Amino acid sequence: MIEFRQVTKRYDSDHTALRQVNFGLERGELAFLTGHSGAGKSTLLKLIMVMERPSAGEVIVGGQVLNTLPRRQVPYIRRHIGVVFQNHQLLFDRTVFDNVAMPLEVMGTPARDIGRRVRAALDKVGLLSKEKMNPLQLSGGEQQRVGIARAVVNKPPVLLADEPTGNLDPELSADIMRLFAEFSQVGVTVLIATHDIALINDLGRRTLTLDHGRLVTGVGVKGGLHG
Amino acid sequence: MANDPRRQPARGAKSARSPWRQQAESYLNHHRKVARDSAQRLWHSPVASMMTWTVMGVALALPVALMLLLASLEGVSAGWESSARVTAYLSDSVSIEDARSLTAEVADDSRVAEVELIDRETALEEFRASSGLEDALDYLDGNPLPHTLLVTPSEGSRTADGVEMLLKVIEGLDGVERVQVDLGWLQRLNAMTDLLGRAVWALALLLAAAVVLVIGNTVRLAIENRRDEILVAKLVGGTDAFVRRPFLYTGAWFGLGGGVVAFILLQVSLWWLSGPVERLAGLYRSEFSLSGLSVDGALALIIAAMLLGWLGAWVAVKRHLDDIEPGEIAGG
Repeated sequence: MIEFRQVTKRYDSDHTALRQVNFGLERGELAFLTGHSGAGKSTLLKLIMVMERPSAGEVIVGGQVLNTLPRRQVPYIRRHIGVVFQNHQLLFDRTVFDNVAMPLEVMGTPARDIGRRVRAALDKVGLLSKEKMNPLQLSGGEQQRVGIARAVVNKPPVLLADEPTGNLDPELSADIMRLFAEFSQVGVTVLIATHDIALINDLGRRTLTLDHGRLVTGVGVKGGLHG
Repeated sequence: MANDPRRQPARGAKSARSPWRQQAESYLNHHRKVARDSAQRLWHSPVASMMTWTVMGVALALPVALMLLLASLEGVSAGWESSARVTAYLSDSVSIEDARSLTAEVADDSRVAEVELIDRETALEEFRASSGLEDALDYLDGNPLPHTLLVTPSEGSRTADGVEMLLKVIEGLDGVERVQVDLGWLQRLNAMTDLLGRAVWALALLLAAAVVLVIGNTVRLAIENRRDEILVAKLVGGTDAFVRRPFLYTGAWFGLGGGVVAFILLQVSLWWLSGPVERLAGLYRSEFSLSGLSVDGALALIIAAMLLGWLGAWVAVKRHLDDIEPGEIAGG
């Protein structure tokens, strides 16, 4: 589903964020992306989201090479990638429902389908009763779950998470991780960037470790790894 | 996979499979929603919106008012042109019979509506009656006045140029000594309205540019205020058109409000000026009156204002929206 071939990303002449990164993630695979601060985790996620383009090598998502994708095609790629951020990126000028509905509105989904699918996504994260509230009224963990509902509401084949448990206590973090595991069980490719080593060790999943832009563990493809 | 919405990824969005009719419907619904939403946003900050509308209204009302004045002036000169008559004085040697045949000849010209022959005796009597120089005239040996033709140009020739052409033709006729028509002031008025017309257009263009810039700046602020929303919309796959749409509607609504304010300003000033203008025109025995905007004109004004607003929004959106890329929220 996601494949990096010899990907290098250089910002300025002196700053190289990623060096010849090679790995592949299968459909339904859940993997962690870890490394020290500034190791290139965010850059790697940005390359998948086409927020950045690689300086060399190829990034392939869903069989599509992203390097040469025209700018106006980028939104259509993003519709197939759900993203969860540490700071959720929720909008506080609208209800939980409207926040979660955004990916569907962007796609031009008919209103009656929006209602059904937003409620399904909120039900999945256990927030169905709070759809009419403003995200500000929710706790940090709940806000994060709203963010997850938004990321999965249009059932994307790929789900990325950037420090999704950064601000949460261990119990809430475990909850969130369980959610991600459930998504991967139904075929979603999940890649979670995190510092939380304890969490990674608990789950015993494949781990990609970046060190100064180099991928030091998890290189290559672990084909067909599920569960 | 994703560049073609019809090709389905394994777990792709269901809506992409919906028939185009449903897509079109939801597209229109979205337009309606965005239009309503952006109108409500303006409504919720009435003072700021009113200020923008007023600025726009004033900028639009000024050139339109001048254009209306110009149209009124042109109406006046058209009225005066219709009363322009050419007076042809015949030579003393022309007999009354020759004068009659000359009259018939001139009347045959298609540019001439009517010819009136005033023979010298009638002219003398009129002069005697109106000048109060009866005694002085008695001392004259004969009648010093010539036969005279009063030529009224036909409808199509009642322009400064048309009258001038006719003048040349009549001047060229045998037996015509001198032709007179007072066109000088008419030409001056025409030259003046031409000049004014150009000045008004130049002013209109400048003010239209000002309107575009004002709206552009206002929309730029709106874009800044909704930065987070734009980021999220781009993040979840909103196309540029999707992200632009609310701002373009905002621009058009600013235009609508500005057009309405301009219309109100025009009507109020018209009402305010109509009394004194009528009195002044009365003193000049003129039919001059200030004409207001017709329904068509008012609609054209409002539509033009909306287009300008939309254009202003477009400028702002082009310059600022593309700069907002979700890359910056993903952190380091």
